[in-house]
Amino acid sequence: MIDGFIALYIFMLAGFVGYEIIGRVPAILHTPLMSGSNFVHGIVLVGAMVALGRAETTLEVTIGFIGVVLGAGNAVGGYVVTERMLEMFKSSKEKKS
Amino acid sequence: MSIVNVENVIEASYFLAAVLFIFGLKRMSSPVTARGGIVWAGAGMVVATLVTFLNPNMGNYPLMMAAIGIGGILAWVSGKRVAMTDMPQMIALYNGMGGGAAAAISAVELFSGTDHGLTFSVLAVLGGLIGSVSFSGSLIAFAKLQGLMKKTFRFPGQQFFNIILLVATLGLAGYIVTQHSDINIIVIFFALALLLGVTMTLPIGGADMPVVISLYNALTGLAVAFEGFVLENAAMIIAGTVVGAAGSLLTQLMAKAMNRSLANVLFSGFGDTVGEASAVEGSMKPIEATDVGVMMAFADKVLIVPGYGMAVAQAQHKVWELTQLLRKRGVDVKFAIHPVAGRMPGHMNVLLAEAGVPYDIIYDQDEINSEFATADVALIIGANDVVNPVARTDPASPIYGMPILNADYAKNVIVIKRGQGAGFSGIENALFFLDHTRMLYGDGQEMASELIQAVKTL
Repeated sequence: MIDGFIALYIFMLAGFVGYEIIGRVPAILHTPLMSGSNFVHGIVLVGAMVALGRAETTLEVTIGFIGVVLGAGNAVGGYVVTERMLEMFKSSKEKKS
Repeated sequence: MSIVNVENVIEASYFLAAVLFIFGLKRMSSPVTARGGIVWAGAGMVVATLVTFLNPNMGNYPLMMAAIGIGGILAWVSGKRVAMTDMPQMIALYNGMGGGAAAAISAVELFSGTDHGLTFSVLAVLGGLIGSVSFSGSLIAFAKLQGLMKKTFRFPGQQFFNIILLVATLGLAGYIVTQHSDINIIVIFFALALLLGVTMTLPIGGADMPVVISLYNALTGLAVAFEGFVLENAAMIIAGTVVGAAGSLLTQLMAKAMNRSLANVLFSGFGDTVGEASAVEGSMKPIEATDVGVMMAFADKVLIVPGYGMAVAQAQHKVWELTQLLRKRGVDVKFAIHPVAGRMPGHMNVLLAEAGVPYDIIYDQDEINSEFATADVALIIGANDVVNPVARTDPASPIYGMPILNADYAKNVIVIKRGQGAGFSGIENALFFLDHTRMLYGDGQEMASELIQAVKTL
């Protein structure tokens, strides 16, 4: 699977990607972009599902269950609010054409 | 061999999801393609979630579906209902949920006692710590912005207490990593981490909250990446790290726009202190809406500077109507947006977009500031500190050095304002006392309506 150094490379490169993506963004998109990146870390849902799927004791299952509820909330809520915000951005030229 | 195939399908799907996330975020960085960006990222999320059900060696499927249903529906309904002005605290809430989920993964891994080796144990515990802080801290941020918690809560030696708490939590983390300790220690560890998030966030004032939310957003990303290492899940590592890096940069940009360092935001508490009101010479001169209407209708160029007060008064639709009327008469109308107008950078653009204002007549501070000198009218509506010239002129002022919109350079300045009080920071605004400034007292929405009437009757 993913061994230590490969993981480190992934970590470093992904870090650069994140930095570069945001680097040249106009301020008008900061709020939607923060919301969008908030949605992207909703991928934690996948991890929470795996944790719940492997959980055995009642305690583990309970915490795993809470984790999946929270993760799903992050992913769905993040998507809905980001989409609502971005939907409103229109250019005055779009209307005429 | 069928298991191998399933694993390949899962890995390939996670890879696809990671690609979609990155391209989605990339598209989100331009207003033209932004809408498509979130859809791409959303598709990635759906793929990743569905394929996870195929994961071998998993159980508890009914519970899993129920949990997704509960969390998803609650978030869907709340996300659809929230008003655009309340967006910052909603982002804080969803972000906190992500942090909580990361902490939950960490807790399950630690409780189950799976031996991952030292490096992965360290990452599991750190992810749990960061996720917990982000969870409880974001909830406090939400409560504060939502107005559920009005007071900032401080006690003497709070920073010292926080440092002790952090050291204690890290100490327990080290103990858990090296000793594979029992459930009680792990529970205490998480309790301390959650408490740390609360005591870190409580002393920070409402004005600084967006920076803090952005910071917690980056932290949640980092926690997700760490738990991704523990679960050997490349999609989580990549998505978490990208968000961690992007979020850190966004946090810095926001802090810079407010002329504060991050350390200053976290450890000082300027957010609600009242600056020493340096005496401003002169008086505020009122004006009637009809006169303003005439002034604007016969102007060549009008720059509108909106602030959070405009959004609170729900005046943006009226302001846009006014703008359309003026543009029909041939007046060049532009919106000038300060980086921290609204509650966080870009928030004002969202609020204006909601009213239907096209983004290509909305300008950033850097693009528009040179145009104030050629503008006939600068209309300030609901903004205050971001147009206060003392930021340029008075080194003693707490906001000295903050980049501002140079509205005072315009030939005429009109300020729509409820009363004579000071701004969010409590600092007296020298702009209101200038000779070419006129005050239009009243509610933002009513005044905008009166201006529309005044222009229409001409």
